[in-house]
Amino acid sequence: MLTFDNCGIYCAQADIYIDPWKPVNKAVITHAHSDHARIGMGSYIAHEHAIPVMKYRLGADIKCQALKYREEIVINGVKISLHPAGHIWGSAQVRLEFKGEVWVVSGDYKLQKDSISAPFEPVRCHSFITESTFGLPVYKFPDPQEVHDDINSWWRKNQEEGKNSVICSYALGKAQRVLAHLDTSIGRIYTHGAVDNINKLYEENIAALPVTQRIDGSVNRKEIKGAMIIAPPSAADTPWMRSLQPYKLGICSGWMQLRGTRRRRGADRGFVLSDHADWDQLNTAIRETGAENIYVTHGYKSIYARWLQTNYGLNANEVETLYTGEGLDDTLDTETGKE
Amino acid sequence: MKAFSELFTNIDQTTSTNEKTDALVNYFATADEQDTIWCVALLSGRRPKRTVKTSELWEWSGELSGLPTWLQAESYHIVGDLAETISLLLPPNNETHDHALHDVINDLMDLANKDEQQRKAYITGMWKQFNKQELFVFNKLITGGFRVGVSDKIIIKALALHYKIDENVVAHRLTGQWVAQNNTLKALLAGNDNSVDLSKPYPFYLAYPLEAAPEELGSIDDWFIERKYDGIRGQIIVRDGALFAWSRGDDLLTEKFPEFHDLVNILPGGTVIDGEILPVRDGKYLPFHVMQTRIGRKNVTKKALQEAPLVMVCYDLLEHNGIDIRHLSLQERRLMLENLLEEIKKEHTVPLHISPLVNCNTWGGVSAQRLCSRDHSCEGLMLKRKNSEYKTGRRRGDWWKWKVDPLSIDGVLLYAQRGHGRRADLYTDFTFAVWDGDELVPFCKAYSGLTDKEMAEVDAWVKKNTLDKFGPVRSVTPTLVFEIGFEGINPSPRHKSGVALRFPRILRWRTDKSAKEANTKADLVELLNIYGIGERK
Repeated sequence: MLTFDNCGIYCAQADIYIDPWKPVNKAVITHAHSDHARIGMGSYIAHEHAIPVMKYRLGADIKCQALKYREEIVINGVKISLHPAGHIWGSAQVRLEFKGEVWVVSGDYKLQKDSISAPFEPVRCHSFITESTFGLPVYKFPDPQEVHDDINSWWRKNQEEGKNSVICSYALGKAQRVLAHLDTSIGRIYTHGAVDNINKLYEENIAALPVTQRIDGSVNRKEIKGAMIIAPPSAADTPWMRSLQPYKLGICSGWMQLRGTRRRRGADRGFVLSDHADWDQLNTAIRETGAENIYVTHGYKSIYARWLQTNYGLNANEVETLYTGEGLDDTLDTETGKE
Repeated sequence: MKAFSELFTNIDQTTSTNEKTDALVNYFATADEQDTIWCVALLSGRRPKRTVKTSELWEWSGELSGLPTWLQAESYHIVGDLAETISLLLPPNNETHDHALHDVINDLMDLANKDEQQRKAYITGMWKQFNKQELFVFNKLITGGFRVGVSDKIIIKALALHYKIDENVVAHRLTGQWVAQNNTLKALLAGNDNSVDLSKPYPFYLAYPLEAAPEELGSIDDWFIERKYDGIRGQIIVRDGALFAWSRGDDLLTEKFPEFHDLVNILPGGTVIDGEILPVRDGKYLPFHVMQTRIGRKNVTKKALQEAPLVMVCYDLLEHNGIDIRHLSLQERRLMLENLLEEIKKEHTVPLHISPLVNCNTWGGVSAQRLCSRDHSCEGLMLKRKNSEYKTGRRRGDWWKWKVDPLSIDGVLLYAQRGHGRRADLYTDFTFAVWDGDELVPFCKAYSGLTDKEMAEVDAWVKKNTLDKFGPVRSVTPTLVFEIGFEGINPSPRHKSGVALRFPRILRWRTDKSAKEANTKADLVELLNIYGIGERK
């Protein structure tokens, strides 16, 4: 039912693309990160919470159809519905059914609960398209609550030493997740403009977040002391960041599991916190779909496909796409280009 | 283990030299005496002999994790560190137990006398008692190589702070062959531990590259100019009827250098000479690689001794008649060295040459001499202030090295492999090729020289332009051109291109050049003819 062509994942029966990377007429979007929601589509279908971000990033005039989770639409006989992917708020798996055959495109997903996005729900299907960003057994993420506790004690320690704490994380998704778990009794929280813009969208559409102060021209940098600052990765090593000295830099990413990448990024602290599935989560998710055919996209795709074939006897294939997953060095992070 | 593992984490989690020093001082102050000396031994590269094979670690950990061999191998390619990979693949432990660091090390050393069954029982038993971080440190104890970003300088500073001893003294006490077993830092640093040995070398004084124009160093009359040889920096020590030859890497290489053995009867007791160890033939110094093969071998062959006997080009005298004379001026030390060599040469033929002074009256003359360094098989010049004392470690001010610019050639990126350490999971180990007609011939590997940003860019490019995968290696569309710099070029029958380069590294990414514009094999051969020094057939 689905094929992969040079524009993206295509459903010929419905004449619709999922997360296309070239301009097409009709697109279903799994989530609003820039490697999945691109500019130039004739029209977009996405979860209602993804649409405000897409309009903010891609233009207020884009043509959108908002769906709730599990709400079904039919296009030329193909039943299409969205199901929680747990990746970021408004992220969805796309379920397509035609004449009894079911495919699910998962986009990016995680099984950990983060309290800011609807938790992942397994969807039974015949064919499942999965990411494999962390599809290697060395990636076993710790309990997120432990990580949030670590972040808070790190903040407290830095504050005692008279230093600010800067956390670099994606403006969309991770930043709200980190923010929602900060212990606001420790001190004041500041945000970079790129993060603040997305926070506002979250608060307008979903729920309140802890009180933060946007660092703009009106803020006297000398008054920022022992504070927590949430910034996008692209702000690292910029004059903006240097104006916050003295500070300690923490990076929240699944890549922080490896010592080499942690050291390469030159962060003072790496926190293993990811919005993607780790090894165990991927294996659990795939088994719960009951799918026989697995298409493995962005990540350690050849290794992970081989594992699915040899260990579970699944018909697993690797597929080339232009999705980038969780970028360590952020070459994709256009989401911060707005500021 | 808990305390040492925490120290390791604290050091690993900071890039600040001060914080690393503080963490060490804190550890010295609180940890067990028998543990702290092991900590210093490990961090300064004195690891116990390895008693467990890599293949055993894979096999046993595979049984615990249930993962197939191929997946272990893929994981290792990506993590780039054996100890870390195994610690990540092992199942997590809910309960942990602490063991003293020195006990663990002694147990590991004892495994040398145990059979496989016993070794397996010990290792797998320990694997079930540690948390992830401790597992990593434990595996590092097995595999060796503690690279945690703690330089000798930091260790010395921390010890000096904690024990309130002068840094230069600490540096000296830490050189040579001391052992951690049945020893304490207190005794070692006081110089009265039972492992004090005659072989103890002095910490080497090292130079920084010249940063400004030589004219800014003042009057040329205040400076000695010598050539910078490309050999092994070493110290030859004769004390109490015994001879020792040390390399700068703190390796005792006496056995590898039989040429020097007779010196034990010739040099007066209490002599320490600093110099460069080099192969020589027909009065001409030979390139480093001629000696390289013999260093790696267990026994020195007769053939090697005949074809490329070693000499030391001597440039400093550190101990004379048993007295440490490092505080004297270079001018005085050099005079004593010259007299010493002159005296013994009256009666003996010795493999000791004095490093000749390059006579220049102006800095312009020095510049000109530098440019003909390669004619002397040298890397450049050394500039040393005549009144300089012999310092400890790398210092600015009195000694400078002034190397010639590297040779260079533009090569096409042909293969990329994932790196290790901080480059793990990035395609940063490259093989470059030059044109031979329509064919690309690989001529060197290089992995340093790019900025972090460039590394990320090339890594992303490699992933998108892969032609084929062979294990951890990818072949890529020949497109990117890099300027490769190197210090020397020599013929090599082992390489397809017929040449071997010395110290190749990336000078810059030639984004302005297409693959077609890269250099050719003929260009390499031309450089070989000009600068190469052939080995005898």
